[in-house]
Amino acid sequence: MKVTIDGQSIDVEPGTTILQAARMIGGESVPPAMCYYTKLKGSGGKCRCCLVEVAKGSDNDPRPMPKLMASCVTGCQDGMEINSTASERVQDARKSVTEFLLINHPLDCPVCDQAGECDLQNLSFKHGKSQTRYIEKKRTFEPEDIGPNIQLHMNRCILCYRCVMVADQLTDDRVHGVMDRGDHSNISTCISKAITNEFSGNMIDVCPVGALTDKTFRFKSRVWFNKPFDAHRECTTPGCCGKTTVWMFGNEIQRVTGRKDEFHEVDNFICNTCRFDKKEVSDWTIEGPRKFEKFSVINQNNYTRELDTVIIETEKGILKGRDQDRKKISMPQVPLSETEKEVFTEGNI
Amino acid sequence: MKVLDIKQEINMTESLMTRINELISHYPEGKQKSALLPVLHEVQDAHNDWLSIELQDKVAEILSIKPVEVYEVVSFYTMFNRQPIGKYMFEFCTTSPCCLNGVENLMDYTCDKLGVKVGEPTPDGMFEVRGVQCLGACGYAPMMQLGDFYQEHLTKEKIDQLIVDCRDNKITLHDK
Amino acid sequence: MSQKILLDKINVPGIKTYEVYRREGGYASVEKAIKTLTPDEVVEEVKTSGLRGRGGAGFPAGMKWSFIDKKSGKPRHLVCNADESEPGTFKDRFLMEHLPHLLIEGMITSSYALGANLSYIYIRGEYMWVYKILERAIAEAKAAGWLGKNILGSGYDLELYVQIGGGAYICGEETALIESLEGKRGNPRIKPPFPAISGLWSNPTVVNNVETIAAVPWIINNSGADYAKIGIGRSTGTKLISASGHVKNQGVYEIELGLSVYEFMNSDEYLGGMIDSRPLKAFVPGGSSVPVLPANLIYKTANGDDRLMTYESLSDGGFATGSMLGSGGFIVYNDTACIVRNTWNFARFYAHESCGQCSPCREGTGWLEKVLWRIENGQGREEDIDLLWSIQSKIEGNTICPLGDAAAWPVAAAIRHFRDEFEYHVRFPEKIKNREHFVAEPFEKVKHLVSKQTV
Repeated sequence: MKVTIDGQSIDVEPGTTILQAARMIGGESVPPAMCYYTKLKGSGGKCRCCLVEVAKGSDNDPRPMPKLMASCVTGCQDGMEINSTASERVQDARKSVTEFLLINHPLDCPVCDQAGECDLQNLSFKHGKSQTRYIEKKRTFEPEDIGPNIQLHMNRCILCYRCVMVADQLTDDRVHGVMDRGDHSNISTCISKAITNEFSGNMIDVCPVGALTDKTFRFKSRVWFNKPFDAHRECTTPGCCGKTTVWMFGNEIQRVTGRKDEFHEVDNFICNTCRFDKKEVSDWTIEGPRKFEKFSVINQNNYTRELDTVIIETEKGILKGRDQDRKKISMPQVPLSETEKEVFTEGNI
Repeated sequence: MKVLDIKQEINMTESLMTRINELISHYPEGKQKSALLPVLHEVQDAHNDWLSIELQDKVAEILSIKPVEVYEVVSFYTMFNRQPIGKYMFEFCTTSPCCLNGVENLMDYTCDKLGVKVGEPTPDGMFEVRGVQCLGACGYAPMMQLGDFYQEHLTKEKIDQLIVDCRDNKITLHDK
Repeated sequence: MSQKILLDKINVPGIKTYEVYRREGGYASVEKAIKTLTPDEVVEEVKTSGLRGRGGAGFPAGMKWSFIDKKSGKPRHLVCNADESEPGTFKDRFLMEHLPHLLIEGMITSSYALGANLSYIYIRGEYMWVYKILERAIAEAKAAGWLGKNILGSGYDLELYVQIGGGAYICGEETALIESLEGKRGNPRIKPPFPAISGLWSNPTVVNNVETIAAVPWIINNSGADYAKIGIGRSTGTKLISASGHVKNQGVYEIELGLSVYEFMNSDEYLGGMIDSRPLKAFVPGGSSVPVLPANLIYKTANGDDRLMTYESLSDGGFATGSMLGSGGFIVYNDTACIVRNTWNFARFYAHESCGQCSPCREGTGWLEKVLWRIENGQGREEDIDLLWSIQSKIEGNTICPLGDAAAWPVAAAIRHFRDEFEYHVRFPEKIKNREHFVAEPFEKVKHLVSKQTV
């Protein structure tokens, strides 16, 4: 089957979704996806970030689809023509969804462990605005302790349902889910139960935002200060491949995650033993540096670039600024008009 | 919503279990989860109109499903109460057509009369006033739900009478 | 008097009971269908009738039936949507409460047409007493041999049960209803697959509104062609209208489609005009989600034609000057009603009822509600009106299910037709402090304060 996305054509198997086809093409036309996750059955369709315009339904039925379609759950048809980045309507919709996702999202990136590898940050960077139109109080939730390994920060959650699907599909004893409804929907165990299943740690990897983070890594480092390496070990947990990325600071393994591809999806799910308990270099066979996509902030700490020493001349700099400000405010080079002189000297009240 | 730590006495009587089993029989083999909503109604009605976590766990056990599947459902639907409520819960419909017919003033009147605020039971636990969304009785407004039944075309006088009837134990809450 | 086909027996004493209903000719359509027609012939009759789904969307019922997957060999189900919750709509409850056997008869005949052997009526949780009425009626029907194995010796089996909901408007959306019927949260499913292919327990399923199903017995007893003779054009048959708000005779009416809005509003047979003869300000013809219309667009369309009670006439002019028949929830406002307050009220409803699954609806409905609350409570800013417009336009069309549109449309229509009322709220916060601000001083009297000045 042939489909065309933003003018680029590709042959795909029946059953391929538009998003999958776009990912095969790669580049700018790939729609952002906050809830769809290839390895989780039934995921997708919820965040509405990946909306695209179907300009031609198929060769058999060339009518355009009236509504924008969620590319992650819409199957390709032979001859289908799709506008993604090329469509202004689509760009507008992505901007809208970004705004909706951000209105209640806390502005706590500076203290969020996900910062630097956050899909919502990336989405905002590309489709967000620097101003907010939302002046109401942001929604907050009571903190809930879900055990020693996983930190739940509900205020950051965008309700992608991925973690629920991980619990459903990777474990047989799901103890958390989505409670309540509407804008009060929240991820919870309802009874503050520890989520301890051996594969529960994958909830952290699939979480697109900082709602589920690794408690054993909490506040240890910014992700871009770590050096990621691919590593493996002989893991005895049934179902775990033992292939991971270890995040090092000097000789210390600060964090272990699954290996994520350019769409931030893990190649394989890993067990909690690998993730939380194996933090010694001797636990692992290090394969080599893990590569990230070109624009990832993680590359800030890449392996080759030399950094110049940064000298910050605090006091001097501040005074310099003050001097400049003083000049700007008084604007001595612009002579005052007669009325202005009067106002400045006598006031206008 | 915070789940309060209030103990609830669980009493799955024989008649209740008979009814539950009958409800389960409405669905094909293996689809007993479908009975969740009707079963929750029956269980709640038999337990002072609320469902503690223990009671929800009991329902999960009866239907052979995970407790969290029950919590998710209970928290989604508005008719399931996760903490004790006033015995006679006056649930006024506060959607537009009822408002056009003066439900807001009637609610104020009822609250004043009972000396409570919306959502707070009277100290004796007898009454509670709540505003709910459209109950599908717009042409008979203003109205409220009391137990399984609707009280329609409400007036101050009717409210007064209802309060008296509740106190005199003349009001049936559930049709069993 | 117009023809009644649903409520013609409503005044027969005891019609609620099986004996009386049967004596009055009830269950004849089941006999006729099972003994003399093939399932496909029943489907054809319904197609010919032009009967359109009465839940709000107005999709042709026979067409919907013909989509059901019969090839896969999977069990099929008919589910009746009795989760009536659209503000302004209370017709299904009226029908079920007073004519439970009509719905059951319709369910049997329709299930036969679809080849369904296990069917359900999903009723909203708040209609608990109606649930009990239906349960008892089903037991009566079963005892009389209309349900169970080998109905009328035909070899056709059908079990019918009522399922009770738990309080969630969203379960009126057919896939959310199916989820709820499976004992889950009422989150609408992503379509496709449509229920006709994969519905209840992944089996082919048709979901129809109560009123739609209740029209089937008449169609089978008479004929699809007879039904199509009633009404105008593609709006065939009769429709139940639930009327509420500031009209004299609130209640449920059966009308022939094609009746003029003027006659429906003003004749003594129907609504009998406005309460206290106050001026008509606005109306919502099809339940809270459809656009509100101002007085000048109610009796006449923008081209000056008479506005009729039909799918087509009510939507004449598109959203610019028209609305929709929707579920037939007819809400009438006089000059004491505040459009801003009413819009806020509806926005609060949709924010409360959003399932929270997809971002535009989850976040957008709450945002609309908050901004409208501010405006209605004297904390509005001039830019909030454009903000509202923008938010609703970003929700519309971008959500999984129609609840997003339902939340967006009333806001858009209110701003489109009553923008000056929003401006008044923003500019004169002290005048709207009392929630009944237009009771003492209708907007008409203060309108000049916000009217455009030409200098």
